Amino acid sequence: MPGGVILERLRELFGPALVETHARHGDLTAVVERGVLLDVLRVCRDEPGLGFDVLMDLTAVDYLKYPGREDGPRFEVVYHLYSMGHNHRLRVKVRVDEDDAVVPTAVELWPIANWFEREVWDMFGVRFAGHPDPRRLLMYEQFVGHPLRKDYPINRRQPLIGPKT
Amino acid sequence: MGVGSFFTTKLDEAIGWARKYSIFQYPFVTACCGMEYMATACSHYDVDRFGAGLPRFSPRQADVLFVVGTISHKMAPVLKRIYDQMTEPKWVVAFGVCTCTGGFYDNYATVQGIDTIIPVDVYIPGCPPRPESVLDGLMKLQDKIAVQTQRF
Repeated sequence: MPGGVILERLRELFGPALVETHARHGDLTAVVERGVLLDVLRVCRDEPGLGFDVLMDLTAVDYLKYPGREDGPRFEVVYHLYSMGHNHRLRVKVRVDEDDAVVPTAVELWPIANWFEREVWDMFGVRFAGHPDPRRLLMYEQFVGHPLRKDYPINRRQPLIGPKT
Repeated sequence: MGVGSFFTTKLDEAIGWARKYSIFQYPFVTACCGMEYMATACSHYDVDRFGAGLPRFSPRQADVLFVVGTISHKMAPVLKRIYDQMTEPKWVVAFGVCTCTGGFYDNYATVQGIDTIIPVDVYIPGCPPRPESVLDGLMKLQDKIAVQTQRF
């Protein structure tokens, strides 16, 4: 399915809930409202013409102090989808504010989202509502803060044993 | 020098000679340096020429701890416990620059040198070190074992 058709279909289904779409360099991207995120993902997975059966990656971006986006929502959670049947890809983004950094979980759709979402919680502090096991994935439980946030001090060390610097 | 200390030094030398050629290593392999460790252990470089050919995968049977690869803060207590479980006499080799100083991983996750957690006898820097450097480090460790005061 040609790229434009995928985005066209999503626009047709979700209209204004699609905040923004583009296909720069052939990479399809759709920014969606948080309220329809799960519906968008479900359609992407289940509609035969789309058939995105693989969640390739789920990550986040911290736009703190990012030039031109100082006033916008701080975080962007990014879903990279791939269809093995059609061999096409789609990037879905959802923007969330720092005070309300919660996104519905996609574990029901793709079980691999379980660990991806735990990693995003660990590194960025974005919570996933309804996640079955919302623990850190990479850092230890005693770790305070979220190290990939832009305001995590670059020199802060939190060793479990040994010197504290 | 009395006769007693003469025998003690000779005995020390004999035990040192025996110990330096019967190194049983525990490879604590966490990262890419492991490939160079394996290259050193295989027939081309053949670490068995130095009497260190039999890695033991239990710390209780090993006497040299090879720390091969980046140690994260999450892994640090595990490494400490492995070291504590080894019986005397024991030595530690820091294999690769990550274990020596943290290397270029100067970040929230990485231990800045394993000598902040456990004592280290020989440092083998390099990213990763070539097998020649590893053998050089191993021979330096042997020299150290040979001349030290032996406890038994």
